[in-house]
Amino acid sequence: MSTPLSPARLALTRRLWLAGAAGVALTAHGRMAWGATQSDRPKLVVIIARGAMDGLSVVVPHGDRDYVAKRGVVAIKPPGEADGALPLDADFGLHPAMTRLHGLAVAGQARFAPAVAIPARLRSHFDAQDVLESGSARLYGADDGWLNRALSVSGGSRGLAVGTQTPLILRGPVQAASWSPGGPTRTDDRVTSALMDLYANDALLGPALTAGLEVEVEAAMATDGLELRRNNVEGLGEAVARFMIAEDGPDVVTLSLDGYDTHARQGAAQGVLANQLRIQDRVIGGLRDGLGETWGRTVIIVATEFGRTVRANGTGGTDHGTGSALILAGGALKSGGLVGDWPGLSDGALFEGRDLAPTADIRSVFKGVLRDHMGLDRTALDTVVFPDSGEVAGYAGLV
Amino acid sequence: MPQDQARLQGAIALTRFGMGARPGEIDAIAGDPKGWLRAQALPQRIPRPAGEFPSAQDRLTALGEYRRQVQEIMRPANAPAAAAPMAPAPAMAADDNGIPAAVRQSARALLIQTGQEYLASFQLAATTPNGFAERWARFWWNHFAIGISKIVVAPVAGSFERDAIRAHAFGRFDEMLVAVESHPAMLLYLDQAQSVGPNSPVGQRRREAGLNENLAREILELHTLGADGGYTQADVTEFAKALTGWSIRQPNLPPRLYTGAIDGPHGFAFVPAIHEPGTRRIMGRSYQQRGGDQTLAILSELAAHPATGRKVARQLAVHFHSDTPPASLIERLEAAWVRDGRRLDSLALALIDAPEMWEAEPRKFKRPEEFVISGYRALGLAPQRMEQLQPALVALGQPAWAPPSPEGWPDEAAAWAAPDAVIKRLTWAQRYSELAVRDQSPVALAESALGPRLTDQTRSAVRRAEDRAEAVAILLMSPEFQRR
Repeated sequence: MSTPLSPARLALTRRLWLAGAAGVALTAHGRMAWGATQSDRPKLVVIIARGAMDGLSVVVPHGDRDYVAKRGVVAIKPPGEADGALPLDADFGLHPAMTRLHGLAVAGQARFAPAVAIPARLRSHFDAQDVLESGSARLYGADDGWLNRALSVSGGSRGLAVGTQTPLILRGPVQAASWSPGGPTRTDDRVTSALMDLYANDALLGPALTAGLEVEVEAAMATDGLELRRNNVEGLGEAVARFMIAEDGPDVVTLSLDGYDTHARQGAAQGVLANQLRIQDRVIGGLRDGLGETWGRTVIIVATEFGRTVRANGTGGTDHGTGSALILAGGALKSGGLVGDWPGLSDGALFEGRDLAPTADIRSVFKGVLRDHMGLDRTALDTVVFPDSGEVAGYAGLV
Repeated sequence: MPQDQARLQGAIALTRFGMGARPGEIDAIAGDPKGWLRAQALPQRIPRPAGEFPSAQDRLTALGEYRRQVQEIMRPANAPAAAAPMAPAPAMAADDNGIPAAVRQSARALLIQTGQEYLASFQLAATTPNGFAERWARFWWNHFAIGISKIVVAPVAGSFERDAIRAHAFGRFDEMLVAVESHPAMLLYLDQAQSVGPNSPVGQRRREAGLNENLAREILELHTLGADGGYTQADVTEFAKALTGWSIRQPNLPPRLYTGAIDGPHGFAFVPAIHEPGTRRIMGRSYQQRGGDQTLAILSELAAHPATGRKVARQLAVHFHSDTPPASLIERLEAAWVRDGRRLDSLALALIDAPEMWEAEPRKFKRPEEFVISGYRALGLAPQRMEQLQPALVALGQPAWAPPSPEGWPDEAAAWAAPDAVIKRLTWAQRYSELAVRDQSPVALAESALGPRLTDQTRSAVRRAEDRAEAVAILLMSPEFQRR
């Protein structure tokens, strides 16, 4: 089996097929009254990297002497070597595809948690994403999303989701609007007004149509002059940014990026994972460019449901693991080093002998950002946004 | 039965159990809606797409040729400088940079054939008189979902639907399970084909080759027991070892690798040279079988496990009844599953006979694909070109045979009724109506599509519209047409 059978997932072919719907399923979101005027309201973007992003290839612990030995073909080389990681500090580097993010890190506007995890130990994508997005300590602990509940305790406000499906993180008591690129509709015609009547008592379709029509008006402004071809990732990031900076625009945005489930032929500096990370980097770059001076009031969080096995598997990829990396970016961040401790990759340090051991509950980072950036109070965070989470302290000093 | 009650049952049979009513169908079956449904629950009545399609083996040969071309073209000497990664990723990555036109051409050829197979299946759904059998088959497809966003899966995706799903949809679950897990589409989608037992002859010789546990985990989690089914990581790894050898023949590998290989249907091959030898222990049971039979024994055990029946019963109830189905319906289905030895035709009959299924209120919000199918059925039409159909499906969030994960398409309204999704439906409904409507009376179309399910409000909104296209768009977007 010298050549693994399941080979290149070719960019162009997938685009032929899906007209590019592939890598980016966007979700953006919400206008919120955080008790501030539009000109100084904080902005939050939550990007969910679905499929279990391999944190060990994103925040590269090249100073850990077990890294290369254990990772084998998927190991990223240290900074200074050809295709090596981009330097962060003496022991850590960033995946070489993430050049925009690296520039932000150098400027003190990006920070990294190398080993975080959700509170439940699950290796099912779907269950783990449910926990990540619901904000509960356990599976089926909540049937709506923590970001929606954060909206609800912030004082009643409007949300916006970009994407054809509403992710769990945005479902809940506050109606989240949504938008995805794909051409304007005629929002003022008779069909629309007839449907508004028909949906008057329809709890599902009524609010959705109302919110959707409102967003279409904003979308016309947000996408004006942008060529939103499906593979224009920066353009998408910029369009979302324009929503956010518009008068009365959303303060909270979520995006979903998929394609991180790299069981085979993951690659290192180049390959399947590198291409997904490049997309993520371009989205962040597009947001940064589009936000302009609002960037100074923005925090971006990139989170994934779990990490991947420390050792490469038999097919040049990695299987489902536990701890993974979390990325923070934004002009509102305080500069500083790694967020949380590094557990090490020696045999004895691994979780169940195979996974990166988490050193922090991912909710502690979320809570730190919601408290210090968005101004939510601790009681709400401990009881409503993340139920029964009093023992998980918000991470201090991020913002 | 009073006339109206009979027509309501006919409408429920056609829209809730079936794929939507074509003009005239509600009246045609109103005499005996249950009889109409029961008559479809027969293995020989499962609809099959029209036309002759290349076999899975032929398509795998084409795939092998494509891969050979890619290797040839992408060889360092021919490749454009460093900009061209050896394995360009899906989606929006590197534009077309460094992908030679010849590779693009052969990839396009592979996908065009797959597109024709998807279109044939879609046309069947839009036109079949056996709409319940069609929905039933599609339910099972989603239970065992594959995705062609991994391009190697695309050539065999049509065969997967026809040969692994449709062929077994009213047979025994155990047989469908084996057909699905041994089909090249599944072996390729979940990385099983190249998984190598560490102690197999190949594993001993090539230290970098080894296990891939993707398929083992998803069989346990998605296809049989469910994530709460009581298995551990150790069980997943053991199962992954047992599964090694379940593979396909790859023309670019040395023939001696396949010494002693056992060929199965649709391109499957059991390859002893990569099979992990030894007894496996999974969830407290030992499996001492040798070779490919070991996995067969495990699959048989998983099919018979009570957790599998519970999971299937629940999923069926969620798909056919509502996002929050009554426990009584789930129990009924589970009992039929146990009583009749996991026969899927018996399970279908239990669903038809369940009183919960005949409640008047429509509780299921249609997914985009079934919405579009029912839109074609309402007008008595079918799509003719993939170039038009696929962009619509992409915009609506359900591109052809490309669910977001092995879990398949979500089945709950919460996943599909986002504001943007409703806008995209409205956009499609308006464009489709403008192109499709000829000289039919919109009110008559509304009556034939929904029967007694049509509300007075929608009827008068349709009647008040200023032109036919507008009227049909309102019909398609009405609360009752959006649900079943």
